[in-house]
Amino acid sequence: MLTLNHFLVLGAVLFCIGLYGAIAKRNAIAVLMGIEIMLNAINITMIGFSFFNQVKPYSTYLTGQIFAIFIITVAAAEAAVALAMIIAIYRKRSTVDVGEIDMMKW
Amino acid sequence: MDLASVIFWIFAVILVASALMVVTLRNIVHSALALIIVFAMAAGIYVLLNAEFIAIVQILIYAGAVTILILFALMLTRISGQPRTNPNNKLWGIALIICALLGAAVIYAATASERAIATTGNGSGQLPDGINNVVRIGQLLYSPTTYSYVLPFEIASLVLLVAIVGAIIIGRED
Repeated sequence: MLTLNHFLVLGAVLFCIGLYGAIAKRNAIAVLMGIEIMLNAINITMIGFSFFNQVKPYSTYLTGQIFAIFIITVAAAEAAVALAMIIAIYRKRSTVDVGEIDMMKW
Repeated sequence: MDLASVIFWIFAVILVASALMVVTLRNIVHSALALIIVFAMAAGIYVLLNAEFIAIVQILIYAGAVTILILFALMLTRISGQPRTNPNNKLWGIALIICALLGAAVIYAATASERAIATTGNGSGQLPDGINNVVRIGQLLYSPTTYSYVLPFEIASLVLLVAIVGAIIIGRED
């Protein structure tokens, strides 16, 4: 029997894996992949809340699913801008290591 | 265990395993390929939750567009002569501890909160006859009724436009 808890715990586990990828990786594109995994974990949580009628407006008006659509939109925009920035930085500095990109450091 | 549970466990195990592969594999191109499996399995979870439209959008945008973008960026930023193209930084141990603590806290909250206590109801399955998930989302996104998302939808289109123009301007050659 599936319950809301299954999906919440799955989302939490996936979010932590993505967070580890986002803060422990050197390659900027790997950081971006971690962020994408985190956004997917949030979507699973949102749609889980929309499926189970524990919180009424989330499921009757499909609030969770609509919110997931907006998250996907913003994630696509974020991926496009971030990858353009990574490519621009690579062209100037010949590296994508987030530890070596410190132009803004005092 | 009913069929939905079996399918959920299959999807969940593959999802978490391939997410772990994304953060642990040494070659970053392999990580990007494992990311496709993550997105596809998440789409399977959405189908399980009666969200067909979002599952299709997930396949189209994430497994299609975002992965292609990431693979192209990997191709354009390739640094030759490195055996490990996806290295950890010096603080990965602390990162592991932080993530484990955060995960434990969130899972504890999800099991202790009364808002998250297991329910068996099927909220988004209770749609009127003849109205499926896609029709309902279309009504909520486009029709200007009392409870709809027309204005956020238009703002989202503006965000996409600005992001695409910004990506072109940032990424072009000087």
